[in-house]
Amino acid sequence: MTDDIIYSIRDLDVEYDTRVGGVRAVDNLTLDIRKGEILGLVGESGCGKSTLGKAMMRTISTPGHIIGGELWFEGTDLMTLSEKQMSDVRGDKIGMVFQDPMTSLNPLMKISDHLTEAIRTHYPEVSEQAARERAIEVVKELGIRPERIDDYPHQFSGGMRQRIMIALVLALNGSLIIADEPTTALDVIVEAQFLDTLRDLREEFELTILLITHNIGVVAELADRVAVMYAGKIVEIADVDPLFLDTKHPYSRGLLSSVPNIDVDNQELYKMEGAPPNLIAPPAGCRFHPRCPYAVELCANEEPDLLATNGIEQQASCWIYSDREGRPTEDVS
Amino acid sequence: MTDQDALVRFDNVEKFFPVPKGFIAGLRSRGDGEAVRAVDDVSFEIKRGEVLGLAGESGSGKSTVGRLALRLLDPTAGTVYFDGVDLAILKSEEMRKTRSRMQVVFQDPLASLNPRMTIGQAVAHPAQIHMPELSTKQRREEVYEMFSAVGLDPPAYYYDKYPHQISGGQRQRVVMARGLITRPDLIVADEPIAMADVSVQALLLDLMMKLKDEFNLTYLFITHDLATTKYLCDRIAIMYLGKIVEIGTLREVFTNPEHPYTKALLSAVPVPDPRHRRTEPLPQGEIPNPINPPPGCHFHPRCAIAAKGICDVDVPKLLPWRDEEDHLISCHLRTGAHQDLDPERQNT
Repeated sequence: MTDDIIYSIRDLDVEYDTRVGGVRAVDNLTLDIRKGEILGLVGESGCGKSTLGKAMMRTISTPGHIIGGELWFEGTDLMTLSEKQMSDVRGDKIGMVFQDPMTSLNPLMKISDHLTEAIRTHYPEVSEQAARERAIEVVKELGIRPERIDDYPHQFSGGMRQRIMIALVLALNGSLIIADEPTTALDVIVEAQFLDTLRDLREEFELTILLITHNIGVVAELADRVAVMYAGKIVEIADVDPLFLDTKHPYSRGLLSSVPNIDVDNQELYKMEGAPPNLIAPPAGCRFHPRCPYAVELCANEEPDLLATNGIEQQASCWIYSDREGRPTEDVS
Repeated sequence: MTDQDALVRFDNVEKFFPVPKGFIAGLRSRGDGEAVRAVDDVSFEIKRGEVLGLAGESGSGKSTVGRLALRLLDPTAGTVYFDGVDLAILKSEEMRKTRSRMQVVFQDPLASLNPRMTIGQAVAHPAQIHMPELSTKQRREEVYEMFSAVGLDPPAYYYDKYPHQISGGQRQRVVMARGLITRPDLIVADEPIAMADVSVQALLLDLMMKLKDEFNLTYLFITHDLATTKYLCDRIAIMYLGKIVEIGTLREVFTNPEHPYTKALLSAVPVPDPRHRRTEPLPQGEIPNPINPPPGCHFHPRCAIAAKGICDVDVPKLLPWRDEEDHLISCHLRTGAHQDLDPERQNT
């Protein structure tokens, strides 16, 4: 079973220092990413999903800090590596794709130079010529004509730049891609093309993809498994079908039913009350209880763990699924 | 000629932006330079009390249409009417009066609000300009009323807050309140909910619907997110490279999209249901450069049914689909003179 896990996050805490105290953006979070899967990580702004992605690469910068926890990747706890060792892992084994590829590409460097430099930084023994051949090979794989490899980033469209970010990972035989809102800046047709590319590449190169996004539709389309984050914690995790069709956590239910679905006529959008909590002083008990339609006294006092609901594969952190005295029920009149 | 019910009417409107050239190139070529054809021969109407959605990808010209409707831009050719009046002939004083009847809501409420003005002052500001007859006390009451209408309750609590002290969703409510205080007829909403989280989007859509009924508003709702148009729009226009390719009632366009681009666009929208599968193949490539759009039908290089010698030569017109007067499509093979070439028609 553990052989299937490519990346394992154990009890991770990430905090941002502010003048009025520490903001616990990721709070005691444990998550396993399985080899070859596309895991969707969804949540609203400020829930900590991007912080989690950065923490996995150890690229949190001040005022943020990883306070504690373990980050197991290919048998090593990345927290124990030196900065030098860590930078070998970054970009080589684990690649990252951001919303705006232009901020990740040097406007003065040709696409070919980006690719060959990446290859030769990690593999200095590779010749310039061999690196260039490898670069041409991967851009072809991503549906970009090889003659465009000597263009500059600004000559590429948004969708093509995003493909170059993936090419950088593939050029180094990376096995895990952390994609943070990769399609948010793209138009729908280009987004759909890019999602198809990711799906094909995953098959061909046995990639593992962590897809961090606020776009519920994109996750439904691409992910195998989905984790829902709220206020620094994972509140529900399950395969994509049960997560969408038999949603367990009250927050996930609210979130999913407030998304407009173009295919459904006369859909009534759920209107969630209140706003996400201030993480300097999060509410006691379950962090969602002030907004939860089912909340009872227990929810305000004690925090639930992730509990099995439909067997161990679907877990939700909600007292409804416990056998505790005074637990909430789903019957609200 | 002018329909009395039409609050906004575009008649063959064009807006070209000249492309600045280098000094030497300018000396050499003289005469006509290149231009971005942002809006290219666009005609439509928005009836009083109606919500018209204007959807398309980046660079389709949808925001430029919004700016033309408000006369924030003047058209290169054609006429924009507001309530039957050609906006281009209005003098500045008349235009100022007309402006109080049209308001705009942009995507980023933080960019639309002065960080050094309290939100109460921000909402009172248009009233100061357009309703100078109000006393300070009356103006404050008016602001309170607008705050309540957009759900900022209790109004006195919010009046002295600064934009950075409230949430993004609340800021967009402030922008709405500021727009409504002059009791406009038309609201141009340019991606008004694009920056909000999904749970907040649902609340804002609901608010826009409520305000429409309460204040008898007419909306031009500009968006790239087709799924949200369903909650608001009576009719929808789909734009591609400066042109409307399809326009009709929302129900008709969503259930029977006929333009190949509309079909592809609707099919590409991600659906929050893992059982969903796309029904149409995706077009190849991306939107071409609007400086030199393809000849003929702008969509032909990416179109699966494009006919050589026709679609790449002649510009198609918006024509009724099967005698449906309010469902117009610009496609040679679907509504034009070459329907015999439509592969779908041949199959049936």
